Amino acid sequence: MMASSYSAKDEDGHITVSGPGGGTLRNKKPENTAFKQQRLPAWQPILTAGTVLPAFFIIGLIFIPIGIGLYVTSNNIKEFEIDYTGDDTSSPCYNCAKNFSWNNTKSCTCTIPFQLDQPYESNVFMYYGLSNFYQNHRRYVKSRDDSQLNGNIDSLKKPSKECEPYASIDNKPIAPCGAIANSMFNDTLTLFYNDPNGTSVPIPLTSTGIAWWTDKHVKFRNPVGTNSNLTAVFQGTVKPVNWHRPVYELDTDPENNGFINEDFIVWMRTAALPTFRKLYRIIQKKNTMAPTLPRGNYTLVVDYNYPVRSFEGRKRMILSTISWMGGKNPFLGIAYITVGSVCFFLGVVLLVIHHKYGNRNNSANISN
Amino acid sequence: MTHLVCCVSAEEERRVRANDREYNEKFQYASNCIMTSKYNIITFLPVNLFEQFQEVANTYFLFLLILQLIPQISSLSWFTTIVPLALVLSITAVKDATDDYFRHKSDNQVNNRQSQVLIRGSLQNEKWMNVRVGDIIKLENNQFVAADLLLLSSTEPHGLCYIETAELDGETNMKVRQSVSVTSELGDPNNLASFDGEVVCEPPNNKLDRFSGTLYWREKKYSLTNQNMLLRGCVLRNTEACYGLVIFAGPDTKLMQNSGRTKFKRTSIDRLMNTLVLWIFGFLVCMGMILAVGNAGWEKEVGSLFQSYLAWDTPVNNFLFSAFLSFWSYVIILNTVVPISLYVSVEVIRLGHSYFINWDQQMFCSQCNTAAEARTTTLNEELGQVEYIFSDKTGTLTQNIMTFNKCSINGQSYGKDTHNTCRLDFSPFNPLADPDFCFYDDKLLESVKVGDSCTHEFFRLLSLCHTVMSEEKSEGELVYKAQSPDEGALVTAARNFGFVFRSRTPGTITTTEMGRTVTYSLLAILDFNNIRKRMSVIVRNPEGRIRLYCKGADTVLLERLHPCNQEVMSITSDHLNEYAADGLRTLALAYRDLSEDEWEAWSESHRFADKATDCREDRLAAAYEEVEQNMMLLGATAIEDKLQEGVPETIAILSLANIKIWVLTGDKQETAVNIGYSCKMLTDDMTEVFIISGHTVQSVRQELRRARERMIELSRGSGGGVGKQLHGSPLPPPLPLSNLMDNISGEFALVINGHSLAHALEADMEAEFVSTACACKAVICCRVTPLQKAQVVELIKKRKKAVTLAIGDGANDISMIKSAHIGVGISGQEGIQAVLASDYSFSQFRFLQRLLLVHGRWSYLRMCRFLCYFFYKNFAFTMVHFWFGFFCGFSAQTVYDQYFITLFNIVYTSLPVLAMGIFDQDVPDHRSLEYPKLYEPGQLNLLFNKREFFICIAQGIYTSVVLFFVPYAVLSNATQSNGVPLADYQTFAVTTATALVIVVSVQVVLDTGFWTVFNHVFVWGSLGSYFIIMFALHSQTLFRIFPNQFHFVGSAQSTLLQPVVWLTIALATAICIVPVLAFRFLKLDLKPQLSDTVRYTQLVRQKRRKPPEGRLGARGGSRRSGYAFAHQEGFGELITSGKNMRLSSLALASFASRHSSSWIDTLRRKKHTHTPPSGRQMTLKSIF
Repeated sequence: MMASSYSAKDEDGHITVSGPGGGTLRNKKPENTAFKQQRLPAWQPILTAGTVLPAFFIIGLIFIPIGIGLYVTSNNIKEFEIDYTGDDTSSPCYNCAKNFSWNNTKSCTCTIPFQLDQPYESNVFMYYGLSNFYQNHRRYVKSRDDSQLNGNIDSLKKPSKECEPYASIDNKPIAPCGAIANSMFNDTLTLFYNDPNGTSVPIPLTSTGIAWWTDKHVKFRNPVGTNSNLTAVFQGTVKPVNWHRPVYELDTDPENNGFINEDFIVWMRTAALPTFRKLYRIIQKKNTMAPTLPRGNYTLVVDYNYPVRSFEGRKRMILSTISWMGGKNPFLGIAYITVGSVCFFLGVVLLVIHHKYGNRNNSANISN
Repeated sequence: MTHLVCCVSAEEERRVRANDREYNEKFQYASNCIMTSKYNIITFLPVNLFEQFQEVANTYFLFLLILQLIPQISSLSWFTTIVPLALVLSITAVKDATDDYFRHKSDNQVNNRQSQVLIRGSLQNEKWMNVRVGDIIKLENNQFVAADLLLLSSTEPHGLCYIETAELDGETNMKVRQSVSVTSELGDPNNLASFDGEVVCEPPNNKLDRFSGTLYWREKKYSLTNQNMLLRGCVLRNTEACYGLVIFAGPDTKLMQNSGRTKFKRTSIDRLMNTLVLWIFGFLVCMGMILAVGNAGWEKEVGSLFQSYLAWDTPVNNFLFSAFLSFWSYVIILNTVVPISLYVSVEVIRLGHSYFINWDQQMFCSQCNTAAEARTTTLNEELGQVEYIFSDKTGTLTQNIMTFNKCSINGQSYGKDTHNTCRLDFSPFNPLADPDFCFYDDKLLESVKVGDSCTHEFFRLLSLCHTVMSEEKSEGELVYKAQSPDEGALVTAARNFGFVFRSRTPGTITTTEMGRTVTYSLLAILDFNNIRKRMSVIVRNPEGRIRLYCKGADTVLLERLHPCNQEVMSITSDHLNEYAADGLRTLALAYRDLSEDEWEAWSESHRFADKATDCREDRLAAAYEEVEQNMMLLGATAIEDKLQEGVPETIAILSLANIKIWVLTGDKQETAVNIGYSCKMLTDDMTEVFIISGHTVQSVRQELRRARERMIELSRGSGGGVGKQLHGSPLPPPLPLSNLMDNISGEFALVINGHSLAHALEADMEAEFVSTACACKAVICCRVTPLQKAQVVELIKKRKKAVTLAIGDGANDISMIKSAHIGVGISGQEGIQAVLASDYSFSQFRFLQRLLLVHGRWSYLRMCRFLCYFFYKNFAFTMVHFWFGFFCGFSAQTVYDQYFITLFNIVYTSLPVLAMGIFDQDVPDHRSLEYPKLYEPGQLNLLFNKREFFICIAQGIYTSVVLFFVPYAVLSNATQSNGVPLADYQTFAVTTATALVIVVSVQVVLDTGFWTVFNHVFVWGSLGSYFIIMFALHSQTLFRIFPNQFHFVGSAQSTLLQPVVWLTIALATAICIVPVLAFRFLKLDLKPQLSDTVRYTQLVRQKRRKPPEGRLGARGGSRRSGYAFAHQEGFGELITSGKNMRLSSLALASFASRHSSSWIDTLRRKKHTHTPPSGRQMTLKSIF
């Protein structure tokens, strides 16, 4: 085997060797550039005690105060939670939960009294929370048609395949289609303040401003037909199976009806985890003097429409104030304090190790 | 190619009739059209895709793609796989297409060359591709030969013509071809047109130096040999024109038959990588199973109850089926643990490293204008792991420039010694002398001048007995073209001493002897071959006396002398030993007078042997043997084979880098050993040099055993520690041999002869041989055949599982170069065969240190860092899905946006790690030459092995845990500052993805040790591109156009404006990075690697602004290779005394100290203990 890999090029006389009598006289010396000679100017960081140990201390010193700040802020936030699933026989909603049937058109109502020990200043946010509800299941997450929800007429009439098996009933398209929409939370929660003088005052709940701005204004749009009347636009579609009312009757306010109903939008923003809470209403602070929710007795009235017992789910109502960093979140503060302390501690340990063992080895090993 | 195969299998002999296309067409011989290209425009796409899908990885991704098209399984959109796959496929396709385009171009160019074909009596221009077997074509001077031709006639007398075969076998000297005498008379086209001879010959094969056939013409038979053939690829030189009959065309030509595909070499990292990828697949399947079981459980316990809100997909009717589908869904989303970009990135990095080798100025030889060349781009990192180097001697360690150095004439030795050191001037004595020739002994010139007959006969022999071609451009301006440089040196010597070879014809040799022109008639040339190891000519001088002149290896020649030569022979033998001890190449010269009758008789038997059709070569050899007897000894010549520049230094550094160097040479023992000494492979510091030269199995075995016993004994005696530790008991344990031999301390060397090697390589002794030889620092195998060279390499590959490198320059090294893991070709004097077979080529042996210690080390380091990071990154990326599985009902929901999954590996994180893989350096190049020990981690495979892999994987999994659970813990209860909960899926996805990108970027920042501008651009650019692309994908514009594709509208903005999200990301990053930082620091502080320390001292030095110390590289140039070693006595004394060579080791020491204080000393004194050498401490200040 002589010539091992033949290419016709070799036959042309372009041999790599410039022997006597052959070869080109072109200088083949590679260019002397920093790039080609791998001499590019470079920063060569090294982990030395001089850089690493201060880094640990600095991380520690930054994290601990942040942690403390977060923890204090979180502790100042007031949160009240009430579980109204109705699992327990003692629970006021036990009957509603037990007797639930999908065919019920009349909703079952239950009343739960509760007490706030502290006044809630500033705006108070009212959430409903669900547990063991898999909004993050793959089949659930994909079961929607964003095109339809964005007001596309074609998708309204012919929902995407992703919505199956909630795409149509008897060849009539479902609007909004899909499993997410179908399973929309439809309990109605109302709050009453039990005045010390015995009267029960309903607390005004704002139902707008609870969804993402982009969702409300970009992602969700009502279909625009020839008719400005929503009922006419949704003509020819049917409501999702589990719903009591069609989509165009979700609210009386035209700015909060149809696909742009904020309760609907909030529900459609699926949760990442099986236990989640969603913003339900906002209790606006009215006057500067009185707390939004003074301490005292309250009543939560639930129109119990949403069954969760079948899959061992839980339902909660949560009242919370918020700060710059959002709601109550003790974990973040504690985590920051822990990580900061660990860094600081590591810094000290490494410093000790370095002083006891580090130096000697470093100098001796060069000659090994 | 199929056509070719069918021809080879069908064709038993080839029949070609000249000027008879119809007859020849019956056989359907291949046409002269060559096709090295693989595709044409129509076939390109299908064929190329077919080829690409033969790659397992690509098929795997295709399989995934098909899985994704099943809606029940599809957990990812189709584009997450197809985009990377298409990218990879198209990059490869573009590369293949350009390659093929150039092949097409060169094929076309070659196929369309014009040649003159004799058709119907007249010469017509035809394209090469239209030339047919059986055509007669005319070639002119300096034209390429179009096909394999039978030479019919030429314009030169006797049908001679000259060709250059450099393209074919790489030999640059010219060769002579001669036509059969009957056809040489057919001078002009008219006669040739009526030529209707028929050639019957062997079928196409790839043997370049053999051809056998018969020409039938006018009822007569003429035998044809390779001497009558002009092969495609040769160039016609010094011949006005010639005519040839096409025998083999196109793919059947010997050139094309030799263009087999080279064996594809894989690196050990490649193999490891493949194993690891398989393991990862296993891991992937396991994860899939776990999650599928989880899915079954979930669907049974929860999912079935949850059906009112989430019904099963249509074909699913029970939880088991759902679990089965979920398995495949998870296989799809978890497939990114083995990203398709892995293989592409590895290729890109290797390509980059190859370019760096090609571009290296310090591996450029300005004398021969040759830069180093990485001929394969797939082996670079293996260069950082070499443990054994097998080197050829001639042309590799030595320059292969031969100088006539000494001679012994009739018992008198001439040559340079201590007395005469001035160079002789030949010009007044001989106007034809070569001015470049050097000789120092005027006694020899005197002896020529006074007309000593022996001296005259000596030089006459040198001027006659050779195969050199001469070219005399103008009067007295002679240029010799010799087959081997030895011959050239000898003829040049004779020329200077007054016996000038002027010209030759097939029948005569004309010389100028002492100013008088003499023409000898050349009766026969008994040519040289490896078995005969001698050549002879039989000439008749003008007076009519017939004499045979013979030169050859002393071993064969001294056996064939006339008994009366006893006395001269013994003196000459002494001289020969002396020369050999000096590392010179020796030849013995002899002559024999033949009477007219003897000549006649022999000539007859020779002719008979020559005509024989079977066993012709054996018969010829026997005939030669018959006449080369009873010769009279004239003397011996000694030729110096100069060492290449920087060889001793290179060998010293390589052996300090723990690389074992074996020299495999065809030279005789003494020469080889002395070259060993002169290039510092063997030193007098060595504890012992063992010589194995037994001729029988028993003696070889015994010698090996003795060597081993001695080694154990000596190492126990001197080194102490090892032996005692191992064998505390007083009884010497008989076994285990290998363990014992691994722990030999002390420096030993082994010299083994070719015939002993043959026994040592036998199956039952190879283990013994390997264990003995590998305990030695240096091994020299002398008188080995090319096949044995390859066998030795294979043996080490098989037994030691070590990375081997073979370096050589000649055709005899090809087998070794091909069988070693890495083959290096020296592009030197002996042509380019070795280079063509090699993986790397350069022109100086000393570049090897830079190739291994700098480029190899860097490549290995970079590749290892790349792989570690790459596996880490993908585990960190992918395993998040696994954890998420436990919270989403094992439904194969992804954590991230699909676009993020698509782009993560190819856009967001590919370039920083590529930049690291291409540009990273731990220590600068001159440091790695200064501290050869830095090479060791590669040999021990420390930087990337299964352990490192698991560490990377563990780190990746840890990161994925942090990346999932920190956002989980923080976000599950968190809300935006306007009260909207943060725990929605999209916010979670964006947070995790951003944290992931930041964490892996910080990790690559930590891993990168050498921040060039590219690293900065790529790292910051990738991070920037992540945010830009994310904002673009989450923008309203895209959503308005494709509302069903971009679900994440507004997420980026809404999420990244939240301080809690950034606090989460910072927290996750800190938790991921702090432990890594602490571990790295501890490792560095308590157990620093040599490279860390070197790096650190570099930093200290820079801070002190000391001027950099001189480079070690052997580029000074002023230092002549230490060839004039002192030992002049016989070989045995040399080893035992050891006095003479102290000078040489001193020279090395002083050389070293000149450069950097005394590292070489320290390293030379290296013991297997960790005691720091006294008297010398690097003064490193405390860090603070």
